[in-house]
Amino acid sequence: MDLIKATPQGLYCSAGDFHIDPWRPVSRAVITHGHSDHARWGSAAYLCQRDCAPILRKRLGDVSIQALDYGERLDVNGVSVSLHPAGHVLGSAQIRVEYRGEVWAASGDYKLERDGVSAPFEPVRCNAFISESTFGLPVYRWRPQADIMEDVNQWWRRNAAEGRASALFAYGLGKAQRLLANVDASIGPIYCHGAIEPINDIYRAQGVALPATRLVAEAVGKNAFAGALVFAPPSAAASPWMRRFGEYSDAFASGWMQIRGNRRRRGFDQGFAISDHADWPGLLEAIHATGAERVFVTHGSVGALTRYLSESGLDAREMRTEYGEEEAESGAQEPEAP
Amino acid sequence: MKAFAALYRELDAATAIKRKQKALVEYLRAAMDDPARHASAAWAVYFLAGGKPRQLAPTKLLRRLALEEARLPEWLFEECYSTVGDLAETLALLLPIVDETEEATLDQWMRERLLPLRAAPEEAKYKSLCGWAHKLPQSQRLVFFKMITGELRVGVSRLQVAQALALAAGVDAKRMAQRMMGYTQAGRVPTATDFAALTAPASADEDEALKEGQPYPFYLAHPFQQPVEKMAEALGAVGDWIVEWKFDGIRAQYVQRGGQFQLWSRGEELVTDSYPELAELQRWLPEGVALDGELVVLRDDDYAAPQDLSGLQPFALLQQRLGRKVVSAKILRDLPVVFIAYDLLEQDGRDLREAPQEERRGALEALVVDATLRARDFGVTLPLRLSPLLTAPDWPSLYAKREEARALGVEGMILKARAGAYGVGRRKGSDRENVWWKWKLDPMSVDAVLIYAQRGHGRRSGVYSDYTFAVWSDPPEAPARALVPFAKAYSGLTDEEMRAVDAIIRKTTVETFGPVRSVTPTLVFELGFEGIAESKRHKSGVAVRFPRMLRWRIDKPVAEADTLQALRELLPAPHA
Repeated sequence: MDLIKATPQGLYCSAGDFHIDPWRPVSRAVITHGHSDHARWGSAAYLCQRDCAPILRKRLGDVSIQALDYGERLDVNGVSVSLHPAGHVLGSAQIRVEYRGEVWAASGDYKLERDGVSAPFEPVRCNAFISESTFGLPVYRWRPQADIMEDVNQWWRRNAAEGRASALFAYGLGKAQRLLANVDASIGPIYCHGAIEPINDIYRAQGVALPATRLVAEAVGKNAFAGALVFAPPSAAASPWMRRFGEYSDAFASGWMQIRGNRRRRGFDQGFAISDHADWPGLLEAIHATGAERVFVTHGSVGALTRYLSESGLDAREMRTEYGEEEAESGAQEPEAP
Repeated sequence: MKAFAALYRELDAATAIKRKQKALVEYLRAAMDDPARHASAAWAVYFLAGGKPRQLAPTKLLRRLALEEARLPEWLFEECYSTVGDLAETLALLLPIVDETEEATLDQWMRERLLPLRAAPEEAKYKSLCGWAHKLPQSQRLVFFKMITGELRVGVSRLQVAQALALAAGVDAKRMAQRMMGYTQAGRVPTATDFAALTAPASADEDEALKEGQPYPFYLAHPFQQPVEKMAEALGAVGDWIVEWKFDGIRAQYVQRGGQFQLWSRGEELVTDSYPELAELQRWLPEGVALDGELVVLRDDDYAAPQDLSGLQPFALLQQRLGRKVVSAKILRDLPVVFIAYDLLEQDGRDLREAPQEERRGALEALVVDATLRARDFGVTLPLRLSPLLTAPDWPSLYAKREEARALGVEGMILKARAGAYGVGRRKGSDRENVWWKWKLDPMSVDAVLIYAQRGHGRRSGVYSDYTFAVWSDPPEAPARALVPFAKAYSGLTDEEMRAVDAIIRKTTVETFGPVRSVTPTLVFELGFEGIAESKRHKSGVAVRFPRMLRWRIDKPVAEADTLQALRELLPAPHA
């Protein structure tokens, strides 16, 4: 029997009568992380990791939330549920479900590289593993974070030396904080868009050390942004909001920037291929480490990863979900499944 | 190679022209200061200006390299390639990461390794590629494979390269354009001496040296796109303009100096050998001339006068003359090429380009008529014509006359300021001076249905942006009518429209064959094209030129798209 199935409401564990990251309102939702395609509005009760709770609250308002520590077990109608680090963003978790000796794990979104902010990914031994596949093609192979951060620093330094602002587009929850925590803050002042600063505050409140940032709206003086690094969500790119920065160089920090055409099509000066999702070797390594004999592949390069795993002898199947599907496939729209 | 790869990344990253220019000039100056770098810089200029060495290694070998070295099944490689949209980039991303690397200069790469590769047997070629791939620093991979695939475009035009060189060398941009003529010619192997010559200070000897066989940079026309009511306001009196047909042929320059002649195409290819019939001109034209004009296929059985263009054949026939290494007697008989002259750039060895258009035209007429008449006296019909002048009392009348273009098999008109000089490249001054306007006919168009889509390359990589279009085989009342594909197009949509179409294609996919998807027909586009001809190679029986999307007909149901009959009605009347 399948412990977890895809239903019209979301991934469903019938033995425990709960859903994982449901895309329609349900009575009990177990949440992997706070991104909007995984943590949706309208369910009666939510369960998530402790660090994820404030993010969920910020996103969904005053809802009923139960929080667990990583590794802590909870009995839900006779099913043992526990949350394990996924390394994706602060408080992100893989959901481990055990019932009558059968263990399933749903990954949500994950990455293997330590980013210095979120709890590092831990493989969960299981019989069946439900894996994302956002970057499920061999062309996605990330360079080490330290190398990319050096590129970011260099780009910022050079702009600063030439008196320009550096506008860095990054997803507001997770990516922006990861970059903030790792950038060389001695280069100049750092400003954040109004959609990003409140998330910084949540991160800081949970003990994540981030350099000092200011709201863009609070900048004083005509040349406030010359030499500054400005974090903004990708939707701000090429919008009238950008006019205030005068001369600036812009960059997008996203796994999609691995492909030159994605960057050129959107007209960014720079693309930093840094992602909170696993790259191809990462996906294979994570899947292998679970020891699972069955793998279900969700959102991303579903077809390619499923076929590759099948050809290497695993029982791999596609699983249809509504997580960041269209974006993930094309890389042409909003380039990263949040 | 390291410096070139770094320059490539800089150019690729900068979106502003100013920043690209700065990076180029910095690279060139650094190379000028160090003679050891001249040879590599000569190659860099060659590649950036659009030079492409003849195929160094077949793409088949590059694919094999990816499959074997990255240990991927073929289907997965294809999936990657279609996502990335560029073979060189796909390889750069897929090959294993190596620790130990080796540095070689761009010149060493080209001269000692890549150029000799062509002559090697296939297995040896593959072995070499493999060995190199293992030692190539990560940061140089993309540029390396792009050198091999010949797709090194990086958003820098030839003109920008010339401007950067001019700036770095401190010489006039026009002189630099002239120095660069022929620089990217096929088969050319640029050297340190070439780079030194390109960047040398201007000298008097140079003027002499430049003349040997060198053509002048072609002056390009700009599209004129204002409505006819605005023409008087924009361009002044019609009488201030020389008006000619815009021929649908190959732009070329005929240069005759020092007892020899050369024929150059606009791509700066020396094409003298492809058009042996033009050799006759040399006997009748004087020394020290350079003519600008158009190569066309023209059957001159009833030759009457230099301005007589009856017998002009469609471009499709000229196409059969392109790229031939051997031109047979039959080809010469069936597809005779003539040179339609429309400007005189040099006479008696004197550069006339600064003289007013009108004056050059006068001299050109005298020259062509004189040569033609002398040849006629000996019973020779020269493969040379004079582009006829078109006149009209006002712009609306000229507009009406333009409609004759289609019947004549030309693309529209060219307007040249009477007082204008012959400029360089596509530089633009005011709308009325020193400018050539191309005033093309509105394209023909039909409403066609999108039936297949493929992901694009370059800027469009990863997006379903390349489409195959079809029209109906029969009118709506026919019970078994089908959609017949007739054209492929990828340009004309805004980025936003492209994304919307991309999303619809993903939702309406019926089948996937490799990179191609067939879709449920739901999308209708007005498809524009410049010309249409019968074609046995196409299922539809017709081939169209420069098809592109003019408009997304959201308002139009698929059933109301045009039929093959409507398309065929646009075919030109059969030529005599």
